[in-house]
Amino acid sequence: MPPQERGLPKGGRAYSLPPHAPAAYAVNSSLRFFRSPPVLPGFVPSFGFSVLYLSLVILIPLSALLLYVSDMTWEQYWRAITDPRVVQSYKVTVSGAFYSTVIVAGIGFVLAWIISRYEFPGRRVIDALVDLPFALPTAVAGITLSALFVPEGWLGRWFAPLGIKISYAYPGLVVAMIFTSLPFIVRSLQPVLEDLEPEYEEAAATLGATRWQTFWRVLLPSLVPALISGASQAFIRSLGEFGAVIMIAGNIPFQTEITSLMIFVRLQEFDYPAAAAIASVVLVASLLLLFLLQVVQGRLLRRR
Amino acid sequence: MKNKRPTLIHQWLLIALGIVLTVLMLVVPLALIFSRALSGGWSLLVQNLNEDFMQHAIGLTVLTTLATVPINLVFGILLAWCVTHYDFVGKRVLVTLVDIPYATSPVVAGLCYLVVYGLESAFGSWLYDHGIQLMFAWPGIIMVTVFVTSPYVARILIPLMQAQGADEEIAALSLGASGWQIFRRVTLPNIKWALLYGVVITNARAVGEFGAVSVVSGTIMNQTLTLPLLVEQLNNDYKSAAAFTAAALLACMAMLTLVLKTVMEWRQKRRDDTPAHFVPETMTSTSTKP
Repeated sequence: MPPQERGLPKGGRAYSLPPHAPAAYAVNSSLRFFRSPPVLPGFVPSFGFSVLYLSLVILIPLSALLLYVSDMTWEQYWRAITDPRVVQSYKVTVSGAFYSTVIVAGIGFVLAWIISRYEFPGRRVIDALVDLPFALPTAVAGITLSALFVPEGWLGRWFAPLGIKISYAYPGLVVAMIFTSLPFIVRSLQPVLEDLEPEYEEAAATLGATRWQTFWRVLLPSLVPALISGASQAFIRSLGEFGAVIMIAGNIPFQTEITSLMIFVRLQEFDYPAAAAIASVVLVASLLLLFLLQVVQGRLLRRR
Repeated sequence: MKNKRPTLIHQWLLIALGIVLTVLMLVVPLALIFSRALSGGWSLLVQNLNEDFMQHAIGLTVLTTLATVPINLVFGILLAWCVTHYDFVGKRVLVTLVDIPYATSPVVAGLCYLVVYGLESAFGSWLYDHGIQLMFAWPGIIMVTVFVTSPYVARILIPLMQAQGADEEIAALSLGASGWQIFRRVTLPNIKWALLYGVVITNARAVGEFGAVSVVSGTIMNQTLTLPLLVEQLNNDYKSAAAFTAAALLACMAMLTLVLKTVMEWRQKRRDDTPAHFVPETMTSTSTKP
């Protein structure tokens, strides 16, 4: 292939533009769109398809929901989203996600710690199994957990004599959320734990730190960003979890109904506007959380 | 860091705790699924598998997956290529947009599609008048599954391709390779295992999607029931053995996924020592390590 002469910028640059350089750059070499000149070919098809796809698959449907909601009067909208049963479902969802995130952070921490720091028989099996909640369809997780935790079930029978009801009650909902969000914590912590150099611990030890001091003052601070990131992902996923939760929670109005289920109930009543109104609240909340997470992660990383 | 053999008693206790937690949370549920599916013996299991509704649900699930995976594979490759090989205004926006399906509740996603393509909207009724029904039919199921599983391939490829850089591609370009040649001969071999592993995950999530599909499916027996919906339906009808038969099929798929994932992660790691994680380790590009 002959060297390309086309589109050579006037400033006498050391390189020539590649044959496939997009017109946007060749014409307007002031780097308005590109922050650095594109060298490799394929920008137009990959960028074009990605934008088209993201618009069609993600942006248009989400905006359509907000447009649909904007047809409602403010009063209708307010009534739909502040219905007492719906408000109770917000509380149930958020509190369930919160408790499950706290618990799963502890469990995930232990698993990530032993997988990435010790060598013991069965380590690889545990490492592989951690992803089971991610690979197992949520509906299957739901019926399985509910069958495990009914009073006569394999695990429920240990709680029944204590008077603790898990399946078809609030604890069941938390159990389902714990199960489905486990991989997020472990997989966030694992790479950081594996990258921790033993020098820091050795240095702490030579300076006379006890094991606990080393853990609290040296190891834990470097794990906090990953822990926050994993816990936020677990929390966001738990807020949106549907399949596993509805199978085990019993869905008792005002007690164990989650917000996703309320949307579903409104749909079955053919009350589309109310369903869309509640969905818009959930959508805006989850988008805000997503952006918040990005900002926090950006901060934490810069500090590191 | 090289893993060390535990020496102290509290290290062994911690490992024991981890093993107990794994058994209780992950092994016991799996065991329960298979023991319930086999509770009526092999003959009932086979009989359940041969039921019309089961066969139909398997067919629909396979169709959905076969349609979803290639679409998101192509999208994932193109998006990852675009954001890792060029630096342009709005790059971060693209990467953030692809995270949205992660953060969105699947029920909300299903409802969004219902609002655009259902009879509620002008567009949906126009389509219906022309004999095209998307919602409460198989096309709708495919559409929402595409939405829900769209981030996985892209999310796995982006950190990997970022870490690998574009040096090899630029070298190929300077040697006169065309764009397609660069991708096929240089990039593809580098990302092969991560790509396959993105396919496996997309597949697992597409097969198992429940919330979004249940909104747009209308749950019509023998028409719009995928396997996960069938599990719920049978469970609600107190057909426990049949429900767990369908669940066992899905659990087999999940376990196969775990095996393939382990193999592919190992192969990719061996290739470039950059771990590709099953659950993408972060939802944002900001925290991917260079």
